[in-house]
Amino acid sequence: MSDAPILLEMRSITKEFPGVKALSDVNLVVRAGEIHAICGENGAGKSTLMKVLSGVYPFGTYEGDIVYQGSETRFADIRASERAGIVIIHQELALIPELSITENIFLGNEPRKRGAIDWKSAQRQARELLARVGLREDPDTLIKDIGVGKQQLVEIAKAFAKDVKLLILDEPTAALNEADSRHLLDLLRGFRERGITSIIISHKLNEIEAIADQITILRDGRTVETLDVKADGVDEDRIVRGMVGRELSSRFPDHTPKIGEVFFEVRDWNVRHPVSAERQVCKNESFVVRRGEIVGFAGLMGAGRTELAMSVFGRSYGVWESGTIIKDGKEIVLRTVADAIAHGLAYVSEDRKAIGLNLLDDIKTSTVSAKLSKITKRGVLDEVAEYKAAESYRKELRTKAPTVDEGVSKLSGGNQQKVVLAKWMFTDPDLLILDEPTRGIDVGAKYEIYGIIQRLADQGKGVIVISSELPELIGLCDRIYTVFEGQITGDIPRQDADPETLMKQMTSTKKMQTR
Amino acid sequence: MSRFKDLQKNLFGGTTSNARQFGMIFTLVAIVLLFQFLTDGLTLRSDNLIALFQQNSYILILAIGMLMVIVAGHIDLSVGSIAAFAGILVAKSMTEWDLPWPLAILFGLAIGAAIGAWQGFWVAYIGVPAFIVTLAGMLIFRGGNQFIGNANTIPVPEGFRVIGSGFLPEVGPNTGYNNLTLLLGLAACLAVIWREVQARRTRHEMDADAGPMWVSILRMAVMVGVLAFVALRFASGRVGTSFPVSGIILVALVILYSFYTRNTAGGRHIYAVGGNSRAAELSGVKLKRVNFFVMMNMSVLAALAGMIFVARSAASGPQDGNGWELDAIAAVFIGGAAVAGGIGTISGSIVGGLVMAVLNNGLQLQGVGTDRVQIIKGLVLLLAVALDVYNKSQGRFSVIGSIMRPFRREAPATPASSAAEREPAKTSVSG
Repeated sequence: MSDAPILLEMRSITKEFPGVKALSDVNLVVRAGEIHAICGENGAGKSTLMKVLSGVYPFGTYEGDIVYQGSETRFADIRASERAGIVIIHQELALIPELSITENIFLGNEPRKRGAIDWKSAQRQARELLARVGLREDPDTLIKDIGVGKQQLVEIAKAFAKDVKLLILDEPTAALNEADSRHLLDLLRGFRERGITSIIISHKLNEIEAIADQITILRDGRTVETLDVKADGVDEDRIVRGMVGRELSSRFPDHTPKIGEVFFEVRDWNVRHPVSAERQVCKNESFVVRRGEIVGFAGLMGAGRTELAMSVFGRSYGVWESGTIIKDGKEIVLRTVADAIAHGLAYVSEDRKAIGLNLLDDIKTSTVSAKLSKITKRGVLDEVAEYKAAESYRKELRTKAPTVDEGVSKLSGGNQQKVVLAKWMFTDPDLLILDEPTRGIDVGAKYEIYGIIQRLADQGKGVIVISSELPELIGLCDRIYTVFEGQITGDIPRQDADPETLMKQMTSTKKMQTR
Repeated sequence: MSRFKDLQKNLFGGTTSNARQFGMIFTLVAIVLLFQFLTDGLTLRSDNLIALFQQNSYILILAIGMLMVIVAGHIDLSVGSIAAFAGILVAKSMTEWDLPWPLAILFGLAIGAAIGAWQGFWVAYIGVPAFIVTLAGMLIFRGGNQFIGNANTIPVPEGFRVIGSGFLPEVGPNTGYNNLTLLLGLAACLAVIWREVQARRTRHEMDADAGPMWVSILRMAVMVGVLAFVALRFASGRVGTSFPVSGIILVALVILYSFYTRNTAGGRHIYAVGGNSRAAELSGVKLKRVNFFVMMNMSVLAALAGMIFVARSAASGPQDGNGWELDAIAAVFIGGAAVAGGIGTISGSIVGGLVMAVLNNGLQLQGVGTDRVQIIKGLVLLLAVALDVYNKSQGRFSVIGSIMRPFRREAPATPASSAAEREPAKTSVSG
């Protein structure tokens, strides 16, 4: 245990929503200058706890005490908590794409001189703040012109502009690639040395293990335990045990692949960027998928994996230039998504909420939405057939919802993903392309999704998995392609796949065909 | 759960869409009864009801098309101008080119289709926002109307006027009522009963809870009662009047389009596009085709509405259709459609339109001037949508539910995940 003074103590926090107790009797003690991780499955109450802390749920809407810097505090709103130096950086970044870095950093907090914004001083301060977070960018650059990783750093710079004492990061690395993640974690370590306290919420347990001093684990709205990483010798398995309340013997279900013949092949695929035509996003890419095979696509963010998948899926990305698709020995031309679906392709998108689901739908309308023809009889939708199909997938995938009339917006990430999977399984695909299928999903649900993917492969379907998490690809896939800057740089069978080999192939153009 | 809660859940904003429609009709009935009381019974007199229908049928026809446009995430400001443009061309075709009136109607619909294709092309294939395209259309076709008609009024022949001012004819024995109107009312009552039975059967086939039987019976009884009352009113008007032909056209269109939007893949696609166009596209929905269709369909209905108006006023003039787009849009939003698209029903829009119509009519009967009528209508629109927005921010959709909330003791049966994991209103930390 560290002897540093206690910066923040949340005592017996209880927060109720109509009909549900989101937090009951939660305790959190954060000491000055530490990195404190909060772990828990989706719905465990992590976000709710942080919203109580930051005043999103103001004093009076919860029970319990918040003691901050030695005195009891009652935040009426976010501004009050920010004045006290508590700043949250949300998973969805709150930056305005059309404004510059400087403008974003000082948004709502503009330095003034006689009523007008003092841009000179803003510029100067922005430069200093960017230096502090290790971001080398012109502060006049527009937010939309920099990548997600850099945007995250701008958010942190923005927090510094508010004189932050306690920095809260909600899933900061969820959208980042490995390199950007590492940079961010290094930055947090640097902050620790300078005495800034951070709370980090993350599903990436390896990162937490690497960076956190203390870990508080929540389960079902209760504090399970607080672990001292060094003193207790905490590792990932230990955290998982606390989160799920049981030992997860393996993070991947046991699986013996039944791999058949090559049935799907893409040859010499060339695609250009939809807006700037001089940029070639896919360069002569070729790959094959066998029946019953789970094929991984590894690559850094921006390598063009999603773009490749979407351009194959009915040219739904970019400007197709050349290349052929061969399925079951015959060349097929997929001009539209409808063509792709008709030829037995399915694409589960990377961003569930933005492009995967209509959040206004309920479970049953989502489930049938990609193949309405299957429930149409003489031009009329058959409600009973729709209901039954949705219900059978709900049972098969064990989607947690009272009925299939439930709106998808009310489901947790893992259950939403199951609805998306059901939607595509309903189209009876031969080839499923799953883009980041477990992003933002908790450990227990991940395990279930892996099981579903393996069952689909065992039914003789081909499955492509695009993922930024190398352990996931290595644990799940029978074969992994590496992609670097729009080119396929490696084809690595399961037994040769280790993080080092993959990373090497993901960062260089040198082709290494091992078959 | 008490009986009262049962009623609340199943009658107003319950699980089946049938129940939700019933809730909206309930609101309309309440407003009608209010004015019936305030105007000492003038509101529900036969002649007033008939006039109400005739005066508003074209707005309600526009509301049907507008609902689909708004659900798809667009807006159409040009409908009034298109109605006037089609109206003047149709009037001219009959008076100057001696086109027989049935052909003239087809001609009018063709004009609507052509204009719709024009606007749909810009919206769907070029990607110009519908607001701009139809704002342009509003100017173009208003000017077109005045250019073609020389800003004059052109009368239309007798035969054509049937679609605007005609009634169901008197046939059969003298019962003191208009027999065809009675038959129509009877058919409507049977249809209501049949639908309720079908809905219950469907729920049973799904192994889902169909709600208590007595709620269904109560719902049917009220619907049948209202329909029978309305039918008798329409049938017992001044000799020569009965249910108007324009009302029949409206009812037919409502049934047709309700079926299309609810029960076909094409209708579902409109909701999908409005809810999340990118997700819809990646599910195989042909985005451009859907957008083109809703814009084109709207213009066809606008042309039809224009013709009905011309037929009713016996002539086409340069100011026809002024401000119709706003009435139609208001009807759709009062009827519960979402501004961002993806949500709304035909029947809701019709009820929304009727609420506005009854309000208009009742206030006028009371001698309230048009100035104050406009103020009141504006406030009603604002409040109706504000209530909708507020409900959504609270995560519930039932209007009645939110009114009853302060009196509720027990917690509602929300699933555990819903409140805790509900996407919070995106509160930006930066303020």
